Amino acid sequence: MFLVNYIKDVLSGIKSLATGMKVTGWYALHHRKEKITQQYPDNKDTLVLPERFRGEVVMPHDEHNEHACTGCTACELACPNATIKIVTKFDIQPDGKKKKAIDKFVYHLELCTFCNLCIEACPTDAIKMAQTFEHSVFDRTNLTKILNKPGSKIREGIE
Amino acid sequence: MPSLENIANNIHQWLNNNFGAPWPMLIEFAIVGLCIIGLFAMLGLVLIMMERKVSAWMQLRLGPNRVGPVGMFQTAADTLKLIVKEGMTPAGADKFLFNLAPFIVMIIAMVIMAPLMFAKGLQMWDVNIGVLFFTAISSVSVIGILMAGWASNNKYSLLGAMRSGAQIVSYELSAGFAILAIVILTGDLKISTIVNSQADGWWIFKGHLPIWIAFVIFMIAVTAETNRAPFDLAEAESELTAGFHTEYSGMKFALFFLAEYVNIFVVCALGATLFLGGWQPLHFGTDTQFNQWMDYIPSSLWFMGKTFFLIFVIMWFRWTFPRLRIDQLLNLEWKYLLPISMINLLLVTLMAIMGWHF
Repeated sequence: MFLVNYIKDVLSGIKSLATGMKVTGWYALHHRKEKITQQYPDNKDTLVLPERFRGEVVMPHDEHNEHACTGCTACELACPNATIKIVTKFDIQPDGKKKKAIDKFVYHLELCTFCNLCIEACPTDAIKMAQTFEHSVFDRTNLTKILNKPGSKIREGIE
Repeated sequence: MPSLENIANNIHQWLNNNFGAPWPMLIEFAIVGLCIIGLFAMLGLVLIMMERKVSAWMQLRLGPNRVGPVGMFQTAADTLKLIVKEGMTPAGADKFLFNLAPFIVMIIAMVIMAPLMFAKGLQMWDVNIGVLFFTAISSVSVIGILMAGWASNNKYSLLGAMRSGAQIVSYELSAGFAILAIVILTGDLKISTIVNSQADGWWIFKGHLPIWIAFVIFMIAVTAETNRAPFDLAEAESELTAGFHTEYSGMKFALFFLAEYVNIFVVCALGATLFLGGWQPLHFGTDTQFNQWMDYIPSSLWFMGKTFFLIFVIMWFRWTFPRLRIDQLLNLEWKYLLPISMINLLLVTLMAIMGWHF
């Protein structure tokens, strides 16, 4: 019985090693078609990034310079390393009521780990991840960004 | 047709006709030395390039592709960089042993080449104990590794060196048994006899299943003996940073690196000689058209082709298999390879006595 198990052990070991070698051998023979490397600086114009690539947090604005951020600070609370700081203000509405709105959406790119938690937390889909990734600058202060454009306001109907 | 054998013989005769007693021999020593050093440098460049390309292809990458056409000169550039770097000796190291170790490892890699038969009639030293010489000398290289580990005055280096010692001592056994299988069938230790015995078919075809098993065991054991992944416990990048050559830099590091690749070449050349017929071309049956075509391919190309195929297989191992732990490594040798190769040796002996091989 011991001997049978021993031989089975050896044969199954050889089989699993051969399976592994088959996979890498197939890749080695088909590397031209299967290769996933992109030669980045050369193909800058035709660069294809994966759909879920996370480069930086941006806030999309529509053609009326309106965004969807209500200033609820859910993203600020969700951020694990204090990348987002939201400064709020109070708008006076036509009927005289005051309404909370964002003054500045401060985003520290230098602190961001691109974990996507702020985007998950946002109830109104006001922010999203962009695919830009060439973030090198000469001065660190250039990495602190204000995401809402000057003069922008919240889109009608978003609470 | 000009062959390497004729060239060597012509040089030998010309030297004997033109010089007196000791000179032809001394000049031949110098020529052979130069050839070996040249081969050494070429092997370093070519094999490192090959390793990087093979690994890249297996991982769906491109590999080096910037220096020269398709990255051909990458390894030459790397070597140049290593030459101009400082070869530092740590303050606490044993200076003499530390500086001696890389040369010992490299010289042993050179000495092993002596009995190899590179082409028909092209051999440095057809010693009558060829295979024994080979196994004996190759186990000396562990002294160089132990020396490097000890002299570095670094606990990681010492651990790596001790592991390398344990590994080579154990795997020498099954490599020896695998070689013995061929020696039993051939009845001689001489490399030229072993190659000539395969003129009517390589041992891997003539020897049935036991030789296949011996061949697999040989490939596993030499992978372990050359300290390559999945048996790279002596280097163990992830736990011992680089094992015995952690403290080495510049050209002294390059010598270790070079010796690793030359050792791979040498063991693969031995594997090709023992199991795949050395420089003997592939023949089926007798006097067929196919055999004549095969004879047109030069014997040196046959030898190099077989050797590089085995080198590719060893690289294939490295980029496929995960690393073993030290206890798994010793289990594999003492509980699996050694008993199997012992029984296999008995089978081969029975086969040789009964004349069951072709």
